[in-house]
Amino acid sequence: MLQVSVYRYNPSKDDEPYMQDYQFDTEGKDLMVLDVLEQLKARDTSLAFRRSCREGVCGSDGLNINGKNGLACITPLSTTVKNNKLVVRPLPGLPVVRDLVVDMSLFYQQYEKVKPYLINNEPAPAIERLQSPEDRAKLDGLYECILCACCSTACPSFWWNPDRFIGPSGLLQAWRFLADSRDTAKAERLSDLDDPFSVFRCHGIQNCVNVCPKGLNPTRAIGHIRNMLLKSAT
Amino acid sequence: MVTAVTNLGRSGLSDWLVQRVTAVILLLYSVFIAWYLLANPDLDYMQWKALFAGTAMRIFSAAALLSTVAHAWIGLWSISTDYMTERMMGDKGNVIRWVVQLGGALLLFTYLVWGVQVLWS
Ligand code: SF4
Ligand code: SF4
Ligand code: FES
Repeated sequence: MLQVSVYRYNPSKDDEPYMQDYQFDTEGKDLMVLDVLEQLKARDTSLAFRRSCREGVCGSDGLNINGKNGLACITPLSTTVKNNKLVVRPLPGLPVVRDLVVDMSLFYQQYEKVKPYLINNEPAPAIERLQSPEDRAKLDGLYECILCACCSTACPSFWWNPDRFIGPSGLLQAWRFLADSRDTAKAERLSDLDDPFSVFRCHGIQNCVNVCPKGLNPTRAIGHIRNMLLKSAT
Repeated sequence: MVTAVTNLGRSGLSDWLVQRVTAVILLLYSVFIAWYLLANPDLDYMQWKALFAGTAMRIFSAAALLSTVAHAWIGLWSISTDYMTERMMGDKGNVIRWVVQLGGALLLFTYLVWGVQVLWS
């Protein structure tokens, strides 16, 4: 029997959050953490969590699983369970709406700040804006982000200043557009980032890299932004 | 763009750069002093005083002193704006942060004046 412990909090009923323990029979199968949660929910319908695609594409089920952020749907029990224990908590640092569901507003506000869309005020060509294969390759490792928030909510700098530090996820996207040969707003983008909080609260702890379920590297992107700022300002 | 007025250089990039450069200066200075002490086991006061009387050494010491002040301010400012905030402590976070920043600024200013006095007397 797997010992499962799940963070529970229903603000309309509970004074305080608590951990609820369940016994779970995996029948010898190496299930995904999400499968376990789904089966627990079938038993106890009051359990709340987000999920949609169940295959690591939508980014809905970022959770803190045995102390490490990850997507429940693509985290096999065999990679996370030690001593027969599975502890599931909501992503750290964001307000809890209920059980494993967090309020992502702060996370999205930071995403919005980096203007995550292509800006190009030159007249649009008849068909499309072309890009060389080499320039296109610069976006690899950046565009794949699914905004699951596993990285930003693992980052101590984001915990302390979620309203002022953009966080690894937003900064990866900031770099995705700074690195795009078709974008013409580089100077504005850079000047929006050159304050002591937006980028520079990153202290290179690399928790973000450690948890990204897509294997992306926000720390490297942040380094590129810093170098670009340095080049344009010195 | 997040506004901040109490950080050292107004811009995040300049603080970051100053922090890096001052760290290098402080490292060089510490290594030099440590090396000098080890290389001169029976150092006496006259020799020590002569070392600090040279112009090059004065420039080096003044650079290290300014570096200490700038480096400490940037560090102290970052820590105070991480932990001593309204978000972390409620209203009293603001008061604590201002007191710590003011106290830190006074202390560093004192070190600066005092250090200059020691170096140039
Ligand atoms: S490397 Fe930077 S962004 Fe990533 S977790 Fe550390 S402080 Fe946060
Ligand atoms: S960088 Fe990775 S961990 Fe961060 S939001 Fe994107 S996919 Fe999730
Ligand atoms: S449910 Fe879509 S990423 Fe896990």
